[in-house]
Amino acid sequence: MLEIENLTAEIDGKTILNGLTLTVPAGEVHAIMGPNGAGKSTLSYVLGGRPGYEVTGGSVRFDGPNGDCDLLDMEPHERAAAGLFLGFQYPVEIPGVSNVQFLREALNSQRKARGEEPLTGGEFLKLAKEKSALLKLDPEMLKRHVNVGFSGGEKKRAEMVQMGILDPKFAVLDETDSGLDIDALRVVGEGINSIMRSPDKAVLLITHYQRLLEVVKPDKVSILSQGRIVQTGGPELAVRLEEEGYDAVMAA
Amino acid sequence: MSEVVDLPTRKDEAWRYSRVERLQGVPLDDWRTIDVAAGESFRDTLVVADGEATKPTELHRWRVTVGEGATCELFAVLASAEFARLEIEVVLKKGAHFELGGITVGGRETVREFVTHMTHAEPEATSNQVVRAVHWGHGTGNFLGRIDVVRDAQKTDAAQDFKGLLLEKGASVNAVPQLEIFADDVKCAHGASVGQLDENARFYMAARGVSPELTQRLLAQAFLGDALVNLDDEALRDELMDVALAKVDRNL
Repeated sequence: MLEIENLTAEIDGKTILNGLTLTVPAGEVHAIMGPNGAGKSTLSYVLGGRPGYEVTGGSVRFDGPNGDCDLLDMEPHERAAAGLFLGFQYPVEIPGVSNVQFLREALNSQRKARGEEPLTGGEFLKLAKEKSALLKLDPEMLKRHVNVGFSGGEKKRAEMVQMGILDPKFAVLDETDSGLDIDALRVVGEGINSIMRSPDKAVLLITHYQRLLEVVKPDKVSILSQGRIVQTGGPELAVRLEEEGYDAVMAA
Repeated sequence: MSEVVDLPTRKDEAWRYSRVERLQGVPLDDWRTIDVAAGESFRDTLVVADGEATKPTELHRWRVTVGEGATCELFAVLASAEFARLEIEVVLKKGAHFELGGITVGGRETVREFVTHMTHAEPEATSNQVVRAVHWGHGTGNFLGRIDVVRDAQKTDAAQDFKGLLLEKGASVNAVPQLEIFADDVKCAHGASVGQLDENARFYMAARGVSPELTQRLLAQAFLGDALVNLDDEALRDELMDVALAKVDRNL
């Protein structure tokens, strides 16, 4: 579903991704782990098309609902409409715009781009309430401004509510587990399973810790270091990393 | 034979950022008088929008007296004319309240401005002014707000708040708060700031599938909304906001 081939990217002239190759087929959850500064967040921003992250080589093919396409050739909002979702490590606060308005505009923009009818206000609210319940987020919070005054954990749960509403084909989740307590971690992990575990969907799950992976059981685990994938294995690789640390595992 | 009229010059503080050359042939002494009798409430709006009735120069000069315990609320959107100016001189009697919500939007070489002069002539009066300016191209938005508090006007509570949002390099906003306070037991708050669209918010919205145009509209709406918060007529509020956003959308 996602094929990253020899990807290189830089920020302000500094190379961060350095020949990254990775394939995630439909139906899989692929966890990416790696030490600080390895390029994990950069990978998610490059996939999302954030301005300032310059791709200097390689390719990213995405086989979304509209068929196979060159992801890097598309604007960020077009990538979203093609079925890509980016879960932010630090969700952004937008004062003055309510969650309901933002998400309804977002969903209907995506639907329009795909040639689908927009949802009515009533239909949208029903969907939003259903997904809030799934993530155990008080639906009243949807009336509030986007992420404004949300705690760290609420922001992450709100991200997953957004994912549930937008129903993407492929999700890149950047440290969705950071800032979550143990109970919230379970809720978020189960949310990911419920929204994204499907033969026609896939997830790239960037994380530091094994704990989320105990809930969202990944099919594969890769280590990202110095801008490239240095090792790929099954879920047992994450367990080894947790026990032995990056240096030991990568040296082996 | 033409009569020689002394036009204001830019040396005059109240006309410092104006397009004074546009005043040629415009009647300068055409003041509208608004007298709000003691205990009464008055509300009015001014909308300068594109249309046949709108002249190249839209000069509006209002003299307002707010009687004892009376309330005057003015809301205005300056969204058209090469030079649009709403000038308001307000005298507040005991316990009176004056409210201004103002919006300027514009591009090209246009200048749109609010120039206000509050005189808190008696004790216990309150005034609140919120002005929001969104400009692009070489457009200019100004807010010159003078507040005089005379010696007997104890317990005055006067506030003015200005924020400018520049969508492009080349646009400008000017804020000139001017406070002269001769009473000692008063509250006078003033604030002014200028900024650009939040890049983080823009990317976040794009990552959810919202197009750059719609993102700009939503962020502009959130920004301008402050000026209309105290207008408690929802239909009227929507009407004023629509005029402003239509202009921002067209980027003219």
